[in-house]
Amino acid sequence: MSKMNLTRRGVIQTGAVAGAAGLTLPTYLRADGHSGFTNAPEGSSVTLGFNVPQTGPYADEGADELRAYELAVEHLNGGGDGGLMNTFSSKALQGNGILGKKVEYVTGDTQTKSDAARASARSMIEKDGAVMITGGSSSGVAVAVQALCQEAGVIFMAGLTHSNDTTGKDKKANGFRHFFNSYMSGAALAPILANNYGTDRKAYHLTADYNWGYTTEEAVRTSTEAMGWETVAAVKTPLTQTDFSSYIAPVLQSGADVLVLNHYGGNMVNSLTNAVQFGLRDKQVNGKNFEIVVPLYSRLMAKGAGANVKGIFGSTNWHWSLQDEGSKAFVQSFGTKYGFPPSQAAHTCYVQALLYADAVERAGSFNPCAVGEALEDFEFDGMGNGPTLYRGEDHQCFKDVLVVKGKENPTSEFDLLEIVEVTPTSQVTYDASIFGGELGACNPGA
Amino acid sequence: MEAIILQVLNGLDKGSAYALIALGLTLIFGTLGVVNFAHGALFMIGAFCAVTLSRIISLSHEVVDETQTDFLGNPLKVEVPYVYDWFGQAAGDTIIDWAVPLSIIFAIPVMVAIGVLMERGLIKHFYKRPHADQILVTFGLAIVLQEIIKYYYGANPIPTPAPSAFVGSFDFGIMLGFEPNQIIYPYWRIIYFGFAAIIIGAVFAFLQFTTFGMVVRAGMADRETVQLLGINIDRRFTLMFGIAAAVAGLAGVMYTPINSPNYHMGMDFLVLSFVVVVVGGMGSLPGAVAAGFLLGILESFASMREVLNVLPGLNQIIIYLVAIIILLTRPRGLMGRKGVMED
Amino acid sequence: MFGLEAKDFRLLLLVALLTMAAPFILNPFPVDSGMAQFNAGYPDLMQRFVIFGIFAIGFNILFGLTGYLSFGHAAFLGVGSYAAMWMMKLLTMNVIPGILVSVVVAGIFSLAVGWISLRRSGIYFSILTLAFAQMSYSLAYSVLTPITGGETGLQPKVTDPRILDAALTGNAPKANLFGLEMGSSTDLVMGGWVFTFNVGYYVAAVVMIFAFYMSIRIFRSPFGMMLRAVKSNQQRLNYTGLNAKPYTLAAFVISGMYAGLAGGLMVAMDTQVGAERMFWTASGEVVLMSILGGVGTLIGPVLGAGAIKYMENILSKINKDILYEWFAFLPDGLQDFVITLVYPFIGKGWHLTLGLIFMAVVIFLPGGLVEGGQRIAAMFKRKKPSDNTPDGKTTPAE
Repeated sequence: MSKMNLTRRGVIQTGAVAGAAGLTLPTYLRADGHSGFTNAPEGSSVTLGFNVPQTGPYADEGADELRAYELAVEHLNGGGDGGLMNTFSSKALQGNGILGKKVEYVTGDTQTKSDAARASARSMIEKDGAVMITGGSSSGVAVAVQALCQEAGVIFMAGLTHSNDTTGKDKKANGFRHFFNSYMSGAALAPILANNYGTDRKAYHLTADYNWGYTTEEAVRTSTEAMGWETVAAVKTPLTQTDFSSYIAPVLQSGADVLVLNHYGGNMVNSLTNAVQFGLRDKQVNGKNFEIVVPLYSRLMAKGAGANVKGIFGSTNWHWSLQDEGSKAFVQSFGTKYGFPPSQAAHTCYVQALLYADAVERAGSFNPCAVGEALEDFEFDGMGNGPTLYRGEDHQCFKDVLVVKGKENPTSEFDLLEIVEVTPTSQVTYDASIFGGELGACNPGA
Repeated sequence: MEAIILQVLNGLDKGSAYALIALGLTLIFGTLGVVNFAHGALFMIGAFCAVTLSRIISLSHEVVDETQTDFLGNPLKVEVPYVYDWFGQAAGDTIIDWAVPLSIIFAIPVMVAIGVLMERGLIKHFYKRPHADQILVTFGLAIVLQEIIKYYYGANPIPTPAPSAFVGSFDFGIMLGFEPNQIIYPYWRIIYFGFAAIIIGAVFAFLQFTTFGMVVRAGMADRETVQLLGINIDRRFTLMFGIAAAVAGLAGVMYTPINSPNYHMGMDFLVLSFVVVVVGGMGSLPGAVAAGFLLGILESFASMREVLNVLPGLNQIIIYLVAIIILLTRPRGLMGRKGVMED
Repeated sequence: MFGLEAKDFRLLLLVALLTMAAPFILNPFPVDSGMAQFNAGYPDLMQRFVIFGIFAIGFNILFGLTGYLSFGHAAFLGVGSYAAMWMMKLLTMNVIPGILVSVVVAGIFSLAVGWISLRRSGIYFSILTLAFAQMSYSLAYSVLTPITGGETGLQPKVTDPRILDAALTGNAPKANLFGLEMGSSTDLVMGGWVFTFNVGYYVAAVVMIFAFYMSIRIFRSPFGMMLRAVKSNQQRLNYTGLNAKPYTLAAFVISGMYAGLAGGLMVAMDTQVGAERMFWTASGEVVLMSILGGVGTLIGPVLGAGAIKYMENILSKINKDILYEWFAFLPDGLQDFVITLVYPFIGKGWHLTLGLIFMAVVIFLPGGLVEGGQRIAAMFKRKKPSDNTPDGKTTPAE
């Protein structure tokens, strides 16, 4: 590679030579799938595709996901301190790659757009021979890429996606999600809200006007209404909205005493900032303190909203201040390498990569159907979320859900959330059939 | 009634942000005849002037605190701003607290310099080129500026709060005889409105009552004749570009406490501000301001839940719907001149 | 030949040859070499090249000939995609009905939008088209979720009715042309090279060659002359007693149908549609493609489309590890230095490169890539071609 002949002429010349030589070289036509499934790894390495947002509003979240994947690859190949492989209940992983093959990876940019995400995933599958695709930071992208992987016959390990749809009405046999969902957020939050704010509350919902917003609003509404809360109004806000003042100003007039912000990312940062700006939290309504709730929290969003998050309840999949062995090992490993604690997006992506590798080891094959079978109804522990079940009926992980609160006196720029309660799995488990959809059969590709 | 008063307030506030950006765009278009797709980026750079200044002010050195531990279990390193060392903690906190208003002083020279640099370095070569070329080159520039900011500041929004003196909201309702808490409005947004009004007024006064402004207006109307009179109109236009950049930048600085700035905030505003300019009528300064407030107020009304219950989704399209109706009834927007950008 | 002049026929033939041979041309590097990163000859990207080529060719019929700058063309592409997707869900996974319906639906929609928008000209027209497109996007993302799938978009499902197809067992339904699956490929291995021939690509390529042929015919027709007259001096046209509106409206609808065709093909190649396909940045992208390639030229928009899609898909995939591999031959300190220099422009920084290239092309090549090609060609004519000409791998049809 020391001499690269980049010119067209050079290429054509070498091409012509090779073409002539091709007569003697083994020249054959190859149709997909002489190995039984798409992109069966040949040789001594296996390629995984890390498809994360690298441009657009979620770029920082994507960058953190990518850091986690790089760490996971290092650990799988036997480098570093082994991270969660030491605490993981399954001991199939040896630190010698996956099934003895060295793990290599390709990266791509989803741009948080389903078209771009699919283009990037397809290039990983068609060009780079990736046998598994993982990552992403929105449900739209997750559902789109999951459908693609189903069609192409590779495994999709979802990254950060919180909508019920991913493992609900849009679930696919080749797709798996470790992250929690809207339903679980609602079920975990409601009792804490009732304990802290009482059962006689009037809630006002602001909801992002798209699928994730709808499912989140519904989940929080149903579970809080079951606790005795009343929903005064629910107003939908456009995704492209940046200034939420005209939605927040009428809240006090409605007689509501709790504001629920079913927003994520930039929407959430802005709506929360605006709500605090209006001084809602200093007000007394119906003789009670006015409160704000954010169903889905992430540390990066909390950072964007700054001091406005103080004292505000929300739920999250994982937080670095957890004190179990798994979380401590992961924070140690990630923090030593990058100098700051991992976000929940990084955690779920790291865990997904390890779970995939482990399932391949246990199945003894990269065949998506075998891997899927190994993941279905797999019970494990030591990954930072306590005992966890990968449910076979909808490929959703069931584990504890964290209820967190914005910290009043943060000691560092990472120390923004504090854990209020770890809601046990049993409380957030639901029947797989309630969201409809069909898994279909697993597709190994050609 | 309360709801309507409230939405008028909201509309004025939103409108002032739209009007400020549209004003700058129209200044550039009216004087130089250039369609500047990088104007949103100038707004964003203004906002990052505030971020930068507050970072400079709170530059810190690390002090190891043995009593606390960080996330890895090592002794915690506490960041102590230099201003604490120099002025003591209380005064230091006050300075950091007032970073955003201080940024105004910081942003004006920076933005004027960026504007002049942009005009001399790039835009001046595009006066005679088709509008499509101007759009492409300024759009390219907008992407480049945006990516540079992203490279240094990341993609996540950065909180830049207003001074704590302005936190909270003012109760207009009590003044007007309503129940408490019925019509409240944040202090900072009231300040933003006032600030926008002052800037808009200043720009108009400058163009109307100074010799410089008179020459620029003459140049806008007929550039060649003014040049034939021996006046160096180019230099004045360059300065106007700088002023327009400063207007956009100041709009950005003052906007930071309202919404945490991020690198793509300029793009978010770009399309909207073009709609505002066109609805106001190309090349008309009063038109741009009027359209800004009109669209701001209508957008606020469309977001009321009473309206949304009748017409769901109206809040998604209101701006564009109004734009279509206005452009169909008034061919050149509210106050556009005939023949400007019509071919 | 085919009613074309010799020069145009040669151009068409060249485009046809290059698109047919694209799997070879776009894969100039052996798979195992470090340069394989720059290979673009995999099905997805080749399909995107020709689909966005069609989109840009259609856009150029409006913008290049009449000068009317539409900022809402992505809406027609999106509407076409939704129409094709619903055909696949309801009728059959065969792509033919989907593509036909997408063209028709986009045509009707563009007739309505054009009818209203063409009452105004210049930037007022641009903003009207932008407004329609943004409204389509916003509604598709939110209140029209039952029809459009909203955020998650639409994908074919096993449970869809598909009244013309036989029942499926288990697996996801796949788009096909009378049983020939769009996704199926054949690889030709020659030494270190692998060339992929994909059914979907060739279907799309044939459609593009036809679309290109139609565009040449339009450019050279009396109708095309009328459209140019609109661009050069609409007033004079009016004074001669001619009404320009029917001509511009026809051009608008034709280019809307091209966009719909591209949208239908996108669904046929990759069975997914989402609302962001209609966002203003997508409309802006086709404007940039046209200007980047060369407005008003026949081949320019195709080149522009290829260049932008190439950067989006190839540059964004280069990460730091790959850089380390490439520059492994340098001494350590120098290697780090070079990587620090290059890193901001690739991977997550690919937008920066895109912006810089836009600026460079507009500043130095006002006529777009086509002008660049002409300048190089002029150089060739004067002296013997040198070895360091830019290679043509960025585009399928150079």
